[in-house]
Amino acid sequence: MKVRDIQSEFNLELAAGSRGLDRDVSDGYCGDLLSDVIANAGSGAIWLTIQSHQNIVAVAALKDLAAIVLVNGHRPDDGTRAKAEEEGIPLLLSSESSYRLAGKLFCAGIDLTAV
Amino acid sequence: MEIIKEFKIQAKDFIHAGEGSMEIRNTLKSAGLEADLIQRASICAYEAEMNVVMHGGNGIISMSLDETGLVIEVMDDGPGIDDINLALTEGYTTAGVEVQQMGFGAGMGLPNIVRNSDIFNIYSQKGKGAHLKMRFRIKK
Repeated sequence: MKVRDIQSEFNLELAAGSRGLDRDVSDGYCGDLLSDVIANAGSGAIWLTIQSHQNIVAVAALKDLAAIVLVNGHRPDDGTRAKAEEEGIPLLLSSESSYRLAGKLFCAGIDLTAV
Repeated sequence: MEIIKEFKIQAKDFIHAGEGSMEIRNTLKSAGLEADLIQRASICAYEAEMNVVMHGGNGIISMSLDETGLVIEVMDDGPGIDDINLALTEGYTTAGVEVQQMGFGAGMGLPNIVRNSDIFNIYSQKGKGAHLKMRFRIKK
């Protein structure tokens, strides 16, 4: 499943990084501690978090993540948008919680626990 | 041919934090190193750089690459580390609440460096900053 498919299927707002929309999503991860995400998220994962500052884009780039979703209605600042655009990493927005969105993604066939 | 790069790190500057590591990552990509090595080295560089930023020191991050290997060093004039063994324990942190709210200071930075580097040396004394040296072998 591509980032683009997830965006339309779950009605997520695209804040930046449209260049990466055709990337395949092979895994998922939920986490708000950056070093935990660095340690445990798999390559190609869609990452659900409440952190919205620009350092999240560096973490996603380091781990070769497919996309970032800001959950619970969190909005990115301008710096975060600019970085995501620069790196070509889709930055998606959801009003739902990590739990609810991850549950839906899991049911859609993305194994959020696979490493 | 040897490639040497050096970048400044500014205390508490979360806007430019990580830029040195990302430049190092770009340099390693341009040098055509294998993807796994680039990822491991970039993670180590990033964790070490963020430690300097969040613990309030100014410092430098440098890399040197030649045929024999890659060395990344981070030196700072921050508060230093009181007990290095404790600091290497997963989950242990002295980071402030503000930094933790940003998702930093989970006590996993140094363990991530141990996990991703081939040889890791850390030198520090309380009040005298820290010096981290991370080495990576390059497969022929």
